[in-house]
Amino acid sequence: MAKSSTKNTATGPIGTSNTGLIDLYRDMRRIRTFEERVGELFVRGASAGSMLHLSIGEESAAVGVAGLMREGDTFTTHHRGHGIFLARGADPKRMMAEIAGREEGYCHGKGGSMHIADMGLGHLGANAIVGGGIPAVVGAGLASKRDGEGAISVAFFGDGAMQQGILYESMNMAALWDLPVLFVCINNQYGMGTRIEQATKGRHLHERALAFGLAGETVDGRDVRDVQEVAARLIDGARAGQPGFMAVDCYRFFGHARMDKSPYRTEEDETEGRAKDPVSFARDAILDTEEAAESDLKAMDDEIEKEMDATIDFAVQGSEPPLASMFRDVYGPDEPEPEPVRTRIDRILARD
Amino acid sequence: MSEITYRDALKKALFDAMSEDDDVFIIGEEVGRYGGAYGVTKGLYEEFGAARVLDTPISEPAIVGAAVGAAMAGLRPVAELMYVDFIGMTMDQLGNQAAKIRYMFGGQIGVPMVLRTQGGTGRSAGAQHSQSLEAYVMHTPGLRLAMPATVADAYHLLRDAMRQPDPVVFIEHKGLYTMKEDVDFSASVPPWGKAAVRREGDDLVIVTYSRQVHHAMAAAAELAKKGIETTVIDLRTLNPLDMDTVRDHVERVGRVMVVAEEVMTAGVAAELSARIHEECFDFLHEPVIRVAGEDIPISVSVELERNSVPTTEFVREVAERLVADRVHS
Ligand SMILES: Cc1ncc(C[n+]2csc(CCOP(=O)(O)OP(=O)(O)O)c2C)c(N)n1
Ligand SMILES: [Mg+2]
Repeated sequence: MAKSSTKNTATGPIGTSNTGLIDLYRDMRRIRTFEERVGELFVRGASAGSMLHLSIGEESAAVGVAGLMREGDTFTTHHRGHGIFLARGADPKRMMAEIAGREEGYCHGKGGSMHIADMGLGHLGANAIVGGGIPAVVGAGLASKRDGEGAISVAFFGDGAMQQGILYESMNMAALWDLPVLFVCINNQYGMGTRIEQATKGRHLHERALAFGLAGETVDGRDVRDVQEVAARLIDGARAGQPGFMAVDCYRFFGHARMDKSPYRTEEDETEGRAKDPVSFARDAILDTEEAAESDLKAMDDEIEKEMDATIDFAVQGSEPPLASMFRDVYGPDEPEPEPVRTRIDRILARD
Repeated sequence: MSEITYRDALKKALFDAMSEDDDVFIIGEEVGRYGGAYGVTKGLYEEFGAARVLDTPISEPAIVGAAVGAAMAGLRPVAELMYVDFIGMTMDQLGNQAAKIRYMFGGQIGVPMVLRTQGGTGRSAGAQHSQSLEAYVMHTPGLRLAMPATVADAYHLLRDAMRQPDPVVFIEHKGLYTMKEDVDFSASVPPWGKAAVRREGDDLVIVTYSRQVHHAMAAAAELAKKGIETTVIDLRTLNPLDMDTVRDHVERVGRVMVVAEEVMTAGVAAELSARIHEECFDFLHEPVIRVAGEDIPISVSVELERNSVPTTEFVREVAERLVADRVHS
């Protein structure tokens, strides 16, 4: 079962063709452009804070895996989850509004980039705690198994989370109970300024999963079709009750968050890493096989630019969440809201 | 005297302690090559080397647990938890191990470690990176707790923390790192466990700590323009808790507000309020008023975040109302 797929084949169990590649390219390009716009939103001072983690360079992991998920499936992501959510069908306008902390966002401006979620699409939530979202897929997997509809639950996380104990507790349970669950490690080589070699001596990440009885593979993220092929195999297995783990090798193109200029890595490291660009790889592959002409792709790119430009306008024109909404959703909809400190003080001072 | 930031004062405390004592070492995520998520340890890796500034994987329970073991083995670990919000992940090592070892083992050994971390709002960092969780620590016998508000205290309290026989949780405020003050490091500050009276007045006592000291001081300056004189007590350490100083001023003035950024319910402010009521009941003209964070998570929205915790304006407004009653009582 242990297998390292690094070949650049176009075929997979789901029968990807080059027409498929164009779709995959479009999906990856949308993520790339969206993330670039998130960067712009920050520069314009219109984002809520600077803790924005761009997934540029990791698009194939998002598209290759999330693109195979279907209605009823659920997932959690780490803090670098914009691309995964987009690949699963999110509305980029509502995402951008959330990143700007606006009422129109997915979570009414309460969650932001690191806590975006949408139950409609099975997104059980992004997370600002490294590893924090992983065990939820065990529970969601239990529910899927009981429902018997063939749904799976997928946890997306970074290489940093490979050193959190909770991952191992979760994988062990998933294997023990034959849960329809997939663990996806997006190995962008860095956790903040720490390169993976500085975080662990065990570099064959999928072998850890094998030790617990999961299916496990590592795949090079350069060619999205490879990612998709491995994901398809593991997802099929998961739907049949064989939980899986996959590590997607890629590179974090930019700093950890918006304030980080990556002083801890060299230019050569960045040049080499960015050469693994899954978006330009797919583009070149399409042009090589003449499935589409440069002008077609250019038209597609332009359309995507327009779509993503509009997300900024939408976010900037959005409204601040009303102050009263602060007390909403601490508890269920029919429960009393917490008493504001001001109201409480008014009550006390009015007493005498 | 030289102008220095809160961040650099912390660094100087670490530097001085490491220079004086080879047993002191730093352990945590991004503390070495990166220099700390908030830059506090920048340069220490270059100065003291990888053996004394240990970069760790993202494994919080093991970071704190390793510090516990190292302290028991005779070293002086200063562990860093990048955000206090992650303290729950480490609570077994902190609450069941570090805090209880001396007692459970009949006094045979202590755990002289420091856990440095930072908390608070102000960066639109959202619900999991903006909390004030000092009450978790204060609720655990065996753990000491320090929360510096000033640049001088950033230095002195951290030095003092590293000299304690017991585990100290040291919570910095993320909103204070760039604050600058002229500090004469040779000038004396109150000893460990003693509060500082930052301002004295006869109309009202504000008991507070960490960043809210600055809100209280700013509010007090405004109040003074209206003839209201405020005493501001900066607790500095919450365990030990200097109730002597609090009592002295409360008994003299009779009107008290407790100001804290943490959520109000079952927090440090609640403990302070209870103690003041119990210990100073006969001297109080009004109930002790808690001005604290709302009982809600922190939103990423700038506006919601700002309004979730006490602001200078709110502290001033409540203070004025509390003192206004003085005419009628
Ligand atoms: C429990 C916990 N520890 C530390 C952090 C601080 N932190 C945020 S992201 C990050 C690096 C995560 O690296 P990785 O998992 O590889 O994800 P990437 O950022 O590379 O996508 C760290 C240390 C955190 N948010 N949560
Ligand atoms: Mg990473």
